Amino acid sequence: MAVYAALIEPFVEFGFMRRALVACLALSVGGGPVGVLLVLRRMSLVGDALSHAVLPGAAIGFMIAGLSMMAMSLGGFVAGLVVATLSGLVARVTPQREDASFAAFYLISLALGVLIVSTHGNNVDLMHVLFGTILAVDDASLLLVVSIATLTLFALAVIGRGLIVECFDPGFLRAVGAPGAIVHFVFLALVVMNLVAGFHALGTLMAVGLMMLPAVAARFWAGEVASLAATSGVIAFGSGYAGLLVSYHAGLPSGPAIILVAGGLYIVSFVAGPRGSLRVRLTPRRHLEA
Amino acid sequence: MTAAFSLHDVTFGYDRHPAVHHLTGSFRVGSMTAVVGPNGAGKSTLLKGLIGHVVPLGGRLERNGLRQDDIAYLPQQAQIDRSFPISVMDTVLLGHWATNGLFRPVTRAQRREATEALLAVGLGGFGRRPVASLSAGQFQRVLFARMLVQNCPVILLDEPFNAIDAKTSADLLRMVVAWHGEGRTVVAVLHDLDQVRENFPDTLVIAREPVAWGMTAEVLRAEHLFQARQMAEAWDDRAEVCRRGVD
Repeated sequence: MAVYAALIEPFVEFGFMRRALVACLALSVGGGPVGVLLVLRRMSLVGDALSHAVLPGAAIGFMIAGLSMMAMSLGGFVAGLVVATLSGLVARVTPQREDASFAAFYLISLALGVLIVSTHGNNVDLMHVLFGTILAVDDASLLLVVSIATLTLFALAVIGRGLIVECFDPGFLRAVGAPGAIVHFVFLALVVMNLVAGFHALGTLMAVGLMMLPAVAARFWAGEVASLAATSGVIAFGSGYAGLLVSYHAGLPSGPAIILVAGGLYIVSFVAGPRGSLRVRLTPRRHLEA
Repeated sequence: MTAAFSLHDVTFGYDRHPAVHHLTGSFRVGSMTAVVGPNGAGKSTLLKGLIGHVVPLGGRLERNGLRQDDIAYLPQQAQIDRSFPISVMDTVLLGHWATNGLFRPVTRAQRREATEALLAVGLGGFGRRPVASLSAGQFQRVLFARMLVQNCPVILLDEPFNAIDAKTSADLLRMVVAWHGEGRTVVAVLHDLDQVRENFPDTLVIAREPVAWGMTAEVLRAEHLFQARQMAEAWDDRAEVCRRGVD
C-alpha cells in the first residue's frame, strides 16, 4: 500500500498531476527522437541556443495577450524560426559556420527577450516564462503539447531518411541533388516546435533539458538511430514521472526536479550503461578470438 | 564522338582565385581518364565542378544532357561521418536514391541488389555491421558497393585508393576497369602513375593550368610532369584580374 501511495496515488488523486504526467509523456515522445538527431548532427548546443531564442517571441506574445498560451506559443515559435533561419542563411551564404551564427543570433534574441520582459512585465511573469509551470498545465496547453508530439513523429517519418543521410554523408546528398537544405530547415522547425511545447511545462530555461539529457544518455544504451530514439523517449518519460513524484513528495518545483532526475539518469548511464561507459572501460573482459 | 562533359575555357575556383585555370577539352562518353598533378593543382576542384558543387568563375561547362543522378561521385573520405550509427546495408541501399528519393520504400529486389553488390566488393555477410566497425579499406569497399547499386553512366572518383592497401586497391581498380568496359565514363583523380599507365587510356595532367590532356602514353612524359611540378601553388591576395581571352 505504501508503494501505491508513493508511486501511483498522487496521479489518481489529483487532476493536475495527471495532466502533468500526460504532458511529460507527449514531450518525451516528440523530444526524444529530436534530441537524438540533434546529438547525431553535432548540434547538441543548438537546442540550447534555440531555447533562449524563443524568449522574445514568447514575451511579445505575453505583452499583447497576457498569459495566453496560444499567443506565447506562436510568438515563441516565430522567434525561434527567425533565429534558425537567419543563422542558417548566414552560414550558407557566408563562410561563417552555423554554430557561430547561431551564437550571434540567439544572444541578440535573448537580450531582446529579457529587455521586453523586464520593461513590460513583473518578476513573477519573468519567472513563469523562464521556469514554466508543469503543475498548471491546462487542457488547452495539453492539447498543444500532444499535437506537437504527433506532428513531430509524423514529420520525422517523412524527412527521416534525408536527415540521417545529411548527418552521415552530406556530400552524397548534394551529389544526388537532394534538397538537403529543406530537410535541415524542417528539422530546425521541429526543434523549435518541441522547445515551445517544452517551455509551457518546464520554462524556456529547462525545456531543452528534457530534450538533450535523455538523448545524450541514450548513447550509452543503444547503437542505432531507431533504438537511440526509443531509449531517449523512455528515459525522458521516466525522468518526467520520477521528477513529478519527487516534486510532489518533497514540495520542490517540478521543472528542475524533472531535469535533475534526467541528469541523474545521464550520470548513471555514462557510469554503468552497456556501451562505452566507465564500467565497460574499467572492467575489461578477455578479448575475443576474432 | 559525343562528350559527357565539354569544357570551354572553364575556370573553377574560390573567392575569385582560380584553382582550375582556363581548361578546354572534353571527357568523351565511355572514356576513362586519370587526372594527375601535384597537391593544390585543382584536381578535386575539377571534379567538384563536374558534379556541380562548384560553379565556373568563367567559361562554359556543358554536361550534354546528363542529369544530376546520372553521375556517381566519390569524394575524399574526410567528408563522411564514419562514427554515425548506420549499418553497412543501409549505406549501400542509399545507392538507390535516384529511384527511391526521400520517400519511396526499399523493395525486396533492391535489397537483393545491395546484397549482391556487397558480395561483389568482397564484403558478403557484412550487411548488419555498423560502419563504425569497419577499417578504412572495408569502408571504401562499402562506398564502391553503393556506386555499383547507383549504376550511373558517369563515375567521378577523387583519390579512391588513398590510404588503402594493395589488395583492396587492386580489387577496386578491377571494378573501375570493368565499369569502363561496360561503356561508362570514368574520371579519377590518382597519384600512382604506374597504376595510371597500366589502366587508364586517357590522362589529364593539371597544375592549376592545364599541362597536357590526351592519350596516357603521350601525356605522361617527363617534361609534362616536370612542368606540372614547377607551377607554383600560388595564392596571391593581390593578384591582378585575369585578362586572358578578354583583350
